[in-house]
Amino acid sequence: MGSRDSYGRLSPLWTFLLRYGPPRWSEYVVQNWTGQRLVIAVPYLWLIVFFLVPFLIVLKISFAEFSPLGRPPYEPVFRWLEEGALQIKLLVGSYVYLFNEPLYVSAWIYSIKVAFVSTLFCLMLGYPMAYAISRATPTYRSVFLLLIILPFWTSFLLRVYAWIGLLKTDGVINNVLQAMGIISEPLAMMNTSFAVYIGIVYSYLPFMILPLYSNLEKHDNTLLEAAQDLGAGPIKSFMRVTLPLSLPGVVAGSLLVFIPAVGEYVIPSLLGRTDQLMVAKLLSDEFFLNRDWPRASAVAIAMLLLLVVPIMIFQRFQNKELQAAKK
Amino acid sequence: MKTQGMFSKVMLGFGFFFLYVPILSMIFFSFNNSRLVTVWDAANSPTLKWYGKLFGDGAILSAAWLSIQVAAMSATGAVILGTLAGLVLSRFGPFRGRALLQGLTTAPLVMPEVITGLSMLLLFVSLEQLFQHMFGWQFDRGVATITIAHITFTMAYVTVVVQSRLAGFDDSLEEAALDLGARPAKVFFRITVPLILPAILSGWLLAFTLSWDDLVVTQFVSGPGSNTLPMVIFSRVRLGVSPVVNALATIMVLIVALGVVLSAVLMRRQEQRRKREEQMAAAG
Repeated sequence: MGSRDSYGRLSPLWTFLLRYGPPRWSEYVVQNWTGQRLVIAVPYLWLIVFFLVPFLIVLKISFAEFSPLGRPPYEPVFRWLEEGALQIKLLVGSYVYLFNEPLYVSAWIYSIKVAFVSTLFCLMLGYPMAYAISRATPTYRSVFLLLIILPFWTSFLLRVYAWIGLLKTDGVINNVLQAMGIISEPLAMMNTSFAVYIGIVYSYLPFMILPLYSNLEKHDNTLLEAAQDLGAGPIKSFMRVTLPLSLPGVVAGSLLVFIPAVGEYVIPSLLGRTDQLMVAKLLSDEFFLNRDWPRASAVAIAMLLLLVVPIMIFQRFQNKELQAAKK
Repeated sequence: MKTQGMFSKVMLGFGFFFLYVPILSMIFFSFNNSRLVTVWDAANSPTLKWYGKLFGDGAILSAAWLSIQVAAMSATGAVILGTLAGLVLSRFGPFRGRALLQGLTTAPLVMPEVITGLSMLLLFVSLEQLFQHMFGWQFDRGVATITIAHITFTMAYVTVVVQSRLAGFDDSLEEAALDLGARPAKVFFRITVPLILPAILSGWLLAFTLSWDDLVVTQFVSGPGSNTLPMVIFSRVRLGVSPVVNALATIMVLIVALGVVLSAVLMRRQEQRRKREEQMAAAG
């Protein structure tokens, strides 16, 4: 029995011999670690190569010099000189441009404004909906949740497209309102900020409702009963009990709407203003139309820096949720 | 309590109206004879002529076929990688670099698509240069690059689904199997996979839908000649509403609605059977 060490593990020689014999659980203890490493390595490597490294490349190119006729259209940042020295050329010109050019400054402000207002509308509509669902009987609850999730499974692009038919000058809303005699002239709703708000609220509403619902559903009803026994009215008990308890859900839902909304591309392209662009559209125009890769990269990095705090708050929340689910 | 309940119920009704009116109007006008889409041509409607036009539209059909292939491959890849990542994060305890892995798997969930698309494309361009320089081999952007990009951003969703499913079970079943002599790989396929099978299936469907639907990332990483369905739809609807797109949307909505309702019914039935069995076990 001298083949086991003090932890009961088999020595390498025994491991080698046993590998060709029947499986033993002690063999697992030995083999376990290499196997685990392999299992960790596969998704890890994938994410590093295809998610982390690309960001480093974007970061590098954002400091490169634009050369309109080059293929690719930028000067190399790192270059080996003939003497064997490494030349590093970093330019901050693209970044300076982002914060001085009026077109860009207004696009940044407009993007944040649109994301903020849409998140607010989403919360105003989504909170009561999530509340009503969490109070419904179990059968209705599952039907309601199904109805919330169903549009999410249908094409996002087509759902945004559907609003063109509703909002345009000879669209459904104007036709109905005119037929009812409420308005005499068609309303101009297409290509406005209003249309973008509607598009974002419409597309992201499930992302607001689901975290809110999963929070509200867990609330203990006895707390509300206690508040009412102590003389709090419905509004007061909501403000003092339900709302504070649901804040984590509010934060998660709002971030899930706000973060992608800042970088939204499809909705403003289809429904939005043509005289006021959002940042994502500028990035894509800079890249595809002007072929200015360094500037497009700088826009991406700046957007990422803007969103890094909300993203980190969201991640902390996500981890907490998973921890709570374990208990 | 009463007023609050009334208000939230009214908002729920309004919310569903808001969610479903656009979809229903899109379906309704797909049967309209008029090219003007939103002006109902009562004399000649309803008609199926736009459905006929849709099935004679080569560009849409070939794009749809390409999208199906890409989505199926991406979903499969995403499920394999996402399940491994979910398993590692919820079962392997602390290890060096765990926080980074957790960060890398949740970041794509909220990352604006233009950033993901741009960074993926720049990676592929760099790889192209590298391969050309090293092996003199030139690869073209197309189905392969689209699939890799889609796997990367959809695997995050699979990871979250699998991780939250695994968090609902403690690992005593797996421990027991290990104690009884099963090898880790066997434990994984005989115990863990059956436990998380619902999560794997819904993760696959989710990844398929997201890939099938993606426009922005695809526009960045696709090459000449590889147009997916969202790219074709986007280029059409930029010019305004088109009755053929309405017909396409109607078909897609019907397929999804059927699938979702069917899976809900199946899940309900399974749940009921489980409850019955539990009751019988308790009684016996």
